[in-house]
Order: sequence, then structure tokens, then C-alpha cells
Amino acid sequence: MALDTRTERRPSFAGLLWHSTVGKKTAMAVSGVVMLLYLVAHMMGNLKIFFGPDELNGYGHWLRTVGEPFLHHEWFLWIARVVLLAAVLTHAVAAFQLSRRDIKARPSKYVHKKARTSYATRTMRWGGVILALFIVWHILDLTTLTVNPRAEAGHPYQNLIASFDRWPVTTLYIVAMLALGLHVRHGFWSAAQTLGVGSAARDRVLKTVANLLALVLTAGFVAVPVAVVTGAVS
Amino acid sequence: MKLTLRVWRQRDADADGGMTTYDVDGISPDMSFLEMLDTLNEELILKGDDPVAFDHDCREGICGACSLVINGEAHGPERTTTCQLHMRSFRDGDTIDVEPWRAAAFPVVRDLVVDRSAFDRIIQSGGYITAPTGAAPEAHATPVPKPDADTAFEHAECIGCGACVAACPNGSAMLFTSAKVNHLNVLPQGAPEREARVLDMVGRMDDEGFGGCTLAGECATACPKGIPLFSITRMNREYVRAARKSRR
Amino acid sequence: MTEYRPYTAYRTGEPVADTAAPEGPVAERWDTRRFRAKLVNPANRRKHTVIVVGTGLAGGSAGATLAEQGYHVVQFCYQDSPRRAHSIAAQGGINAAKNYRNDGDSVHRLFYDTVKGGDFRARESNVHRLAQISVEIIDQCVAQGVPFAREYGGLLDTRSFGGVQVSRTFYARGQTGQQLLLGAYQALSRQIAAGNVEMHPRTEMLDLIVVDGRARGIVARDLITGRIDTYFADAVVLASGGYGNVFYLSTNAMNSNATAIWRAHRRGAYFANPCFTQIHPTCIPRTGDHQSKLTLMSESLRNDGRIWVPKAKGDTRPPAGIPEAERDYYLERIYPSFGNLVPRDIASRAAKNVCDEGRGVGPGGQGVYLDFADAIARMGRKAVEEKYGNLFDMYERITAENPYEVPMRIYPAVHYTMGGLWVDYDLQTTVPGLFAIGEANFSDHGANRLGASALMQGLADGYFVLPSTINDYLARNPHHDTITADHPAVQEALAETEDQLHLLLSVDGDRTPDSFHRELGELMWELCGMARTETGLRKALDRIPQIREEFWRRIKVPGTGEELNQSLEKANRIVDYLELAELMCLDALHRAESCGGHFREESQTADGEAARRDEEFSYAAAWEFTGTGAAPVLHKEDLVFEYVHPTQRSYA
Repeated sequence: MALDTRTERRPSFAGLLWHSTVGKKTAMAVSGVVMLLYLVAHMMGNLKIFFGPDELNGYGHWLRTVGEPFLHHEWFLWIARVVLLAAVLTHAVAAFQLSRRDIKARPSKYVHKKARTSYATRTMRWGGVILALFIVWHILDLTTLTVNPRAEAGHPYQNLIASFDRWPVTTLYIVAMLALGLHVRHGFWSAAQTLGVGSAARDRVLKTVANLLALVLTAGFVAVPVAVVTGAVS
Repeated sequence: MKLTLRVWRQRDADADGGMTTYDVDGISPDMSFLEMLDTLNEELILKGDDPVAFDHDCREGICGACSLVINGEAHGPERTTTCQLHMRSFRDGDTIDVEPWRAAAFPVVRDLVVDRSAFDRIIQSGGYITAPTGAAPEAHATPVPKPDADTAFEHAECIGCGACVAACPNGSAMLFTSAKVNHLNVLPQGAPEREARVLDMVGRMDDEGFGGCTLAGECATACPKGIPLFSITRMNREYVRAARKSRR
Repeated sequence: MTEYRPYTAYRTGEPVADTAAPEGPVAERWDTRRFRAKLVNPANRRKHTVIVVGTGLAGGSAGATLAEQGYHVVQFCYQDSPRRAHSIAAQGGINAAKNYRNDGDSVHRLFYDTVKGGDFRARESNVHRLAQISVEIIDQCVAQGVPFAREYGGLLDTRSFGGVQVSRTFYARGQTGQQLLLGAYQALSRQIAAGNVEMHPRTEMLDLIVVDGRARGIVARDLITGRIDTYFADAVVLASGGYGNVFYLSTNAMNSNATAIWRAHRRGAYFANPCFTQIHPTCIPRTGDHQSKLTLMSESLRNDGRIWVPKAKGDTRPPAGIPEAERDYYLERIYPSFGNLVPRDIASRAAKNVCDEGRGVGPGGQGVYLDFADAIARMGRKAVEEKYGNLFDMYERITAENPYEVPMRIYPAVHYTMGGLWVDYDLQTTVPGLFAIGEANFSDHGANRLGASALMQGLADGYFVLPSTINDYLARNPHHDTITADHPAVQEALAETEDQLHLLLSVDGDRTPDSFHRELGELMWELCGMARTETGLRKALDRIPQIREEFWRRIKVPGTGEELNQSLEKANRIVDYLELAELMCLDALHRAESCGGHFREESQTADGEAARRDEEFSYAAAWEFTGTGAAPVLHKEDLVFEYVHPTQRSYA
């Protein structure tokens, strides 16, 4: 007599992921990890600036030839760009939708305010927005060279020095990189929880890795403009 | 002890509410927080005012009825339920703010009473093991490894009070939902409905208008039963696993 | 008008007999009953509506099971969720004659222990059935995912409980009640989702609707809107728990109440053995007049703690300052062979005695020490922590005293009521179609309940007994008429309920509901508590009508009836306590013997033990209501002991 109370029909894997809060967070975690891997590679590439213009410019040229002759010229770069763009869009759209939902879920605030969560946790949303704006400017500055003062294609080293020689730009860059550090710090650990790899036993390791990643990325990225402004690299 | 209370008063679900200030005197540090409110209510009744409505029942920290946000913290400054919070946790002359749980999914019914029926509906959507009476096999037919039994118990301790939702900046019910999913999913008895359970319960949770999880960790800090934040991690894992298998 | 007769001038009416239990060997009666019971065609069950009031272990399990069987269940609870019923607070465990330990346990031994533990005031047929079913309960709960404690091999762990010599108590740390209740709640939730159970939380039953002598529905009030509605059914099941809150202070939940069973009693259901209340020895003492409820601590503490008070009266030195020679370990002194492990009622009474002598400790002198100093010295602090850590933490949270350093203070408190609505073997009351299950009925525990047996009984009734016996009633009594709201009996019940609420709101006196409740509770605790005397009970019977009269003159209930009004709820419950208390005192007065939890000072042995008087009182006292304050009619159900022969307990 007991009736079956379970639902039989279910949407697809992607549908399940995109239409639930847990699934959307998974999408954010995966796209976040993709961007994080890219950032590590990007930072390591940047550090070539300390070995002189030839090394950095050579590296920039190599990026366009990766995969040849199997891939056509610049194809690798474009594939990477498409993947990154997809990751950024997924991450941002999911974050936007989830945030809207979260704000709606807590319409009235407590009269007695008490903030207890860590700074990194509370700044994820605004940190994300700052990073998104930064990325737009960053691409205009050093990829498309639209707003770059020198704008000499094929000469990333020179373009970079020209851009960072202006202290407001350097300051902006450093602020963005600090935001990145905070974002990565909570984001990495958070992604681990969302993907279900966290546990009480692993928590210390995960938190340490998150802190290290945040620190190394911030330091690595910040080192470049600081070196330019201080004249260590010119 | 002499205290100033600022209490959220709201006539009914549709009315506007606000904080009302009351002075209470002769409070003993041995009183529980709810006994302190009883004292206030006795005075209000004699004055012909409406007493402050609040949910409470067992007053020994297990039924999960009591639900006050005290000075901005769910269940107040100690890690316990409101009924087990004692006035010795406050100082003479303190001003104490008392508010209801706040979340879109927990509408205020009156004063400090909120409607938590969304929790019941989450359980109804899959927080059970289908085991009709009389159909059960001998209890020892399926041994359960002690670590699994302990994990199940740790999650089954949830009293459904809703402090996790009240404390969460997003009004999310992830800790509550994950506690039940994990309790049942870790047991061999729960295995046949493992995937359906997590998918249905998360779906219901979303439909009820709870927010998503940003792993702020406030829920676990507020939980009077110490359900760990990793309960959510575990449920995330269950969810992805279930989503992958759902097409079969 | 009938002539006025004082309340104590009760009349003895026709004996009441359990006609539902079959004859034959006790071990076969349940099978026989189930076979003889008529069944309802599965296809027809949907057409039958059953009302279940309460969602604790008994109500929750009954609602779920009846719905699984195909009945349409309409269920009520006053809490905001069925998961919060007070069964949730049971700590210790649940008994079952599984004999997993191979320690000589059996269904017959559990049966024997329960009849003896109940001091030979329970019905053998019922108790034997309970012992038989206990085995199935564990299977059922494990299948539902109840996380019982397990051993490293993955099998269920058991412990011995309440001085029993076999290890038959299954447990889930100190939260067994919670885990079992969540199991039942989840099963119920599944049926709610399936549409088989129509659940009404925050709705309180205020009257029973009886049409042509049969229970056909209830009057209930929506506690949020205040709306009073009628609900109709083919049978009504009360699973509303016990009435310990008559005492104001008890280990019951604040809102546990007697309204459902009392109003059913007023509508014709006999109330049996109301004076049988259990007082638990290890509760945390009260701290002052503000105390709103008492908290129990597991009895297991008595396994290692030693109970003592100072030898001298009025000794106010801190415990550490009282030398060994000036301490009185009174349980060890009076009961050398059982010591601190004497049964609940004996330990409770002994504590009351030493406090009455003026040797009690703590604020108000209402407490005795439960000292772990010796246990810590013997086993080491770590071992004590492992065994009792969570209880010690709970104690410290409530009292702000560290029990590792300062002895705990404990005092007895009302914990459980063995009495309740009289039911036959089918759990049917004297109103056809009205069933009572769990603590709401009187059936299985006699005059005293054994530890870890309440959970067993609640689940046995709800999962197994009622779902089998109610079929028989529904099959034999098909209702061909549909009750509607304009039926005179319905209108009458509705009007009475509304009138009473109006009256409560209109008195506008100068005393709060709580003040009356507290006054009644103190009176009952003093005169109808652990030790009762004829003089005391007569005094109480004089006093209660006076309080009742004052109540209706001076009660103040603010607000209206058309909103969430917790004062109105309270006041309305106190109306029933004020009547029930009177019946409890009368029952205690009429039962001029001591048995189990009922101790009459006039009836004790030379060494102060409870002395039963089987020749006169080997019966269950079922009372019939005749009017508020009017002398009730006593109907005796003779108890026959064919298998367990009455003996006098001795723990000296």
C-alpha cells in the first residue's frame, strides 16, 4: 500500500548541476580551479621579466607557436583563451545568480550586527567584482594594447615597462593582486569543500595550500610592477 | 541582576515589527534565558500587555523549539540552545537584544516565533529510509562498521532548530540538509535511496527559498549540537556523485 | 440537578473487564488476537479516516504505519513540527529481549521483570505482548537508520539498565529517544509527502466528538490563527503523552499537557490509576522560584557515584569541608546489598526523607550529593570522563559547578505517569472507536515503570499493536453515515470549547496562569508526591476546589482567542489540571496500599518498605467522570496473575 514517494524522472547531469545551488557551486569551483591553474602558469611566465627583454619576448613568441606543426600558429593560444573565457563567464554568471539568491534568502538584517566570518570570506563578492574589472583593463592594457602607452605588438617586455612606469597603474595593479590573494585564499579552500575533497583530517593541509597559493601568486604578480617602479627592471 | 531588554515585537506575519525596550529587575544568574523571559511575561500579563511570544518546549536542549537570536548570535553567546543558556553568561546592567531567526524561508509568525515548516518539507522530500513497518530484516543481518555508525550518529544529532539558517549570511539550510543526508547515506540501510535522497533534498531546499552556501562557516559555529562544517563538504560529494549517476 | 455529594464519596460501579484479550497460554494470545481480528479490505482502507493526536514515539509510529496500510490519517501536534514531541528527550535506551549477549535473557524474562517491576499492578496479557514485540522494534528501527551504538564488529551494543541483571538495553549515546523519534518522524514524513497523512502542526485538540456512543472526531484549535475547527474520522487515536505537568515542575516539556486525555475522559473514557506517577531520583535540583522545569540526568550515574548528605542537620559547610566521618551515605547504610543502585522509587523517597529531616544540601536544602570523588580516585579522571563526560558537561552547563571537583547535587522530580486512559487489550478505551497509545494509556507498566521501557511501549503500541487491532474495529463498525459540522453532538462540543475560551478571556482578573499552575503543582508535590498520607490527600482534596474557584475568579489572560496566544493555551490546560489533580488525589486516597510509585505512609513494612495489599487492591482503578467536582464512579478491573506470582519486593 505504501506509495512510492520518489521522483523518477531527472534532468541530465549538466541540468542538475546548473539548476541547483550545490551544482552551481560545483561549476564555480571547477571554473575557479581552471583559472587558478592558468594564474600559476601566467605568474611563472611573468617572472621571466627578471631575465631580460629577450627572454620575456621570446617566451611571448613561443606561446604563439606551441603545438606546431600539429596546431596552426596561435591556435593553442586561442584554445586557451576560449577555455579561460568560458571559465570566467561560468564563474561570474554562477556567482551573480547565487549572490542574488543569497541576498533574497536573507531579506531583513539583524538589528544587532555581529560580523564574525573572516575577511576573505566576506570579500568574495566585491573581490570578484574588482577582479573582473581589473581583468578587463588588464586585457585592454597588455593584450589588445588598446590603452597601453607604448602599444608595440610583439614586444611585451617594453609594453609592460611602459605601463608600470606610471605609479597609479602600479598601485591599481597591486590592489588588484591583493584582492586576488584574498579571493584565492578562500576560493581554493572553498572549491575543495564544494568538490567534496575536504575533511577534518585534510583541513590543515588544504588551508596551508590555500594560504601558500594566495601568497605565492600575490607575491609573484606584485614583484613585476614593484621591480619596474623601483627601477630594478627597466 | 538588572537588565535592559530590546525585544523584537511583531503582531503577526503581515504586521510591521520593531524593537521594544523593557527593563527587568531581580534576575537571578541561575535563571535560564527563557526563565528570564518568563519573568518579563508575568509582569507584562499583570500590566495587561501582551506577553512576548517565543517558541520553547523541552527546555533541556533537545527538542529544537527554542530559537532566539541574542545580541546578534543564534542561541546567544554560548554554544548551546537558548533554553540552556543561563543569565550568568551576562552581566548586571547589560542591554540584551533579542530577535527572531531571520531568513526568507522562516517567516516571522509573531514576535520571536518563526515558521520553520520548510525544514519538515526538506525531510519529507527524502530524509528517510523506506522501511515499512513489519518489513524489517533481523537487526544483526547487516553489520555496520563502527566508524560509519559513529559518523551517522554524529550527523543524526541535529535537532532541527534552524540556528544554522539564522546564523548564515545567506539564510542557507545546507548544514541542516547535509546532516540528514549524511546520517542516512553513510548507513548500508540508506544505500538504495542514496542518490535520490541527496538530489531530492537539495532540490527541495532550493525550492524553499534558502540561500546557497558560501562556506562562511557561521552555521557550524552556531550549531548547538556541533554538526561540523565538513558535513556540507560530504553532502557536496554525495551530490556530484548522485548527479553523475542520475542518468542511468 | 442531582443531589450534591462530596468528591470523596465516590461510588463503585460495575467492574470493567478486558474482553479483547483471548484466552489461552499467554505466549499465544497475541497471535490468536491477530488471527481473530477482522481485516479491512486494502482497497477500502483509503475510505477510512483515522485521527491521530500527538506525534511522539507512539503517535508518530502509529500515523506512519496506518498510512502505510492505506488508511487516510489526519494527524495533529501542538509543536511547530512533529519532530519535537517530548519522546525526543528520553536519554537512556530501549529494552528488547534479543538476548544478543547470550546472558539468559528471553521474552519471558522481560515479561517477568516488567510485571514484577510494575509491582503487580499491570495486566499480564499486555505485558507479555510488549515483551514479544520488543524484538521486532529493534529490527524496525535499525532498518529505518536509527544509529544505535555498535561494537567494533559492527553489531549492536547493549547495556544493562536500571538494576536489571541482563544486558538488554539498546541505546544511541544519551539520545536514544531522539534517535527513535526521528526514525518515526521520518517514516511519518514519508507518508506526509505521499499524501497519506494530512499533518496539522501547531494545532491542539480541545475536545472529543462522540456521536451515538462512538468516537467520531475532535475539536482542535489552530494555535497560530486561533481558529477552532472540527475534524471527523472513523476512529480517533490519542497519543498525547502523560500528565506529569500537573506537578508544574517535572521533566516533561513545558507544553506537554493532559487536555486531550482529560477531555476524552470527560466524554466517557475511563481514566485508570491516575495516582501512579514515577518520580526519578537523579534530576538537577531547582535553584529558586523562577524554576520552570527540571532536567533529568541519566540514572547510570548511580552506577559509580555515591549519594550522601551531612550527618548533622543544617550543616552548611561546603562538601569538601565535611569530613568522611560526618557524612551519611544513607542508601549504602539502609540498603547494604543494593546500595546506591536501589530502584527509582526507593532512592527518591530516601532523598526526600533526609531532606525532610533538614539534612538536604544546596539552596533551599532540597538536594543530596552525588559524589564521584571515589570513582575518580578508583578509575582515574579519564575513565570517568569517558563514561559520563557528556552528563558532567550538561550538569556544569546548567549549574556552573564542575562535578569533577564538587559533588553533584541531585533531587527527585516527576518524570513519567503510569496511569492514563483505561484501554483493553486492543488499546481501545471505554468509548468505542477511541484508542489510546503510549504514555496516554495506562496499560503496561503497572504501578512503576522500569528504565528503558517507555520507549519500548510507545513504539510497540504505535508500530505493531494499534495497527493490528484498529483494523478489527474499523471492519466490524463500518460507518455508513457521514458526520457534518451541523450534527448536534458536533455543535455541542464546538460550543463548549468556544465558551470555555471566551470565559477564560473574559475574567480579566489579577493572577497569571503560571501562578495558578505553580500553586497547584506545589500542592500536588507536597501532598500527592513521593509519599502520601490520608490526611495530606484529604487536605489536597479540600484545597483543589478552592484553587479552582479562585482560578475562575482571578485568572488573567491577555489578548484574544483569534491569534497566537500562549497565555490562553496555558490557562486552558490548567483548567484540566485542576480537575485531573483532584482525581489523582482521590485515586491515591482510595488506594490505601503502597505499590510501585505510589507510597502511602500508612502502608509500609517494618523497615519502611512499600507494603502492597493484594487481597484488597489487586485491581486497576478505572474512574468514570460524572461532572466537574462531582464524585466519580470507580470501576475495578481485577488483575489475575497466572504466570508471575506476586511477591513482596525487598532491597534491604
